[in-house]
Amino acid sequence: MKPAAFNYVVPESLEAAVRALAAANGDGKVIAGGQSLMPLLNFRMTRPSVVVDLMRIPGLSFIELRGDTVAIGALTRHADLEFSDLIATKLPVMAAAMPHVAHLAIRNRGTIGGSLSHADPAAELPMLAVFYGAVIKAQGPQGRREIPAEEFFVSALANCLEPEEIVFEIDFPIPKAHTGWAFEEVARRFGDFALACIAVSFELNDGRIADARVAVMGVADTPRRLRKAEGALRGAQRGAESAAQFAEVVRSCVSPLDDIHVSAEYRKHLIGALAGKAFTAAWARAAGEQP
Amino acid sequence: MKMDIAVTVNGRKYQARVEPRLLLSDFLRDTLGLTGTHVGCEHGVCGACTILVNGDSVRSCLALAVRADGADIVTVEGLGSPDQLNTLQTEFRDKHGLQCGFCTPGMLITGMDLLKKYPLASDEEIREGLSGNLCRCTGYQNIVAAIRAAAVLRNGSAT
Repeated sequence: MKPAAFNYVVPESLEAAVRALAAANGDGKVIAGGQSLMPLLNFRMTRPSVVVDLMRIPGLSFIELRGDTVAIGALTRHADLEFSDLIATKLPVMAAAMPHVAHLAIRNRGTIGGSLSHADPAAELPMLAVFYGAVIKAQGPQGRREIPAEEFFVSALANCLEPEEIVFEIDFPIPKAHTGWAFEEVARRFGDFALACIAVSFELNDGRIADARVAVMGVADTPRRLRKAEGALRGAQRGAESAAQFAEVVRSCVSPLDDIHVSAEYRKHLIGALAGKAFTAAWARAAGEQP
Repeated sequence: MKMDIAVTVNGRKYQARVEPRLLLSDFLRDTLGLTGTHVGCEHGVCGACTILVNGDSVRSCLALAVRADGADIVTVEGLGSPDQLNTLQTEFRDKHGLQCGFCTPGMLITGMDLLKKYPLASDEEIREGLSGNLCRCTGYQNIVAAIRAAAVLRNGSAT
């Protein structure tokens, strides 16, 4: 047996799941798709006394348009997002990012609630939540609360949830006027965690960038929105010079660390190169061209 | 703690009483004796243990047997038989898409799911689709060629 022994609970409501977690006194783990938890169990890096399975709770897997928001149930699988027409039309940056999320067999199981809760600093969905300014809804013993994505991620593999709180829905505001967008990522192998990654989108006004959104990952212990870079984009026009300037601003915003894969210097170079590429691709899309 | 589960594997129904911590990969191999599913890294990286659960490719080493209760599973044993290989298996044989064969069950199952879900218009797309399956013998060239050939046949029969 790879994992250490645990008791297994399959509640049929969110409230019952929260009660089961609370009863575990901080020694319980939630399992949704299991694609992050199972390796930890197999290595016995985590040895919970209770595993609370969410998969029998009805009504937690959906992708719904609600006015200016796309609401996504926590148990929605990555593959459901990847193949969703609603995501493709309303949240194109997410649609572009989904094939980069691990591999098909992982996407067939992994869930958005699980990925966000696991809070890997180089995973796509946490970064997309920060990029879109998503609101993460969690249920706890005292009821429900809504957490802005930027406050949700505390550090690498750490979120702001209490031990007995469970994410049940994530709401993504649609940046309707953002006709320019791009998602650029480099990983050592396709589908691996990102070495560096950037998402960019913007609205055009009279041939210049008006409102802009920029987020990066792989260069800090949480995904980050770069407001300084967003400010620098305001008023920018199309062209190689603007792309180079944007790349420089993005580089100046991050201070990554060395790790076993690459040096800090390389990572910084990479995020700048990806920023330039994203800038160019986003302009092409805004102009109705193939990037 | 033990729990009763009922699963269908390759069209045959099985019932068993298992510990919650039993991995689906170990259940298939050790409890049911279906050793066609290979176990490599046991933490979701190598792809050798990939099976179909309700039609979708899944890492059986990242699944608990108890969570497969009620599921319809297909392993490599269910794709075809030595006398009657399925289309993808035939292409693996014809294109020499295997050497030692250890990764082959996972490659075949992954290939089946890729053929079901993606256009596979380019070799690059096939390679991206196979990026979660490690092969240490072939250099992937002939595996890609086999899936390419199966995709051509699929597209031919669709039109």
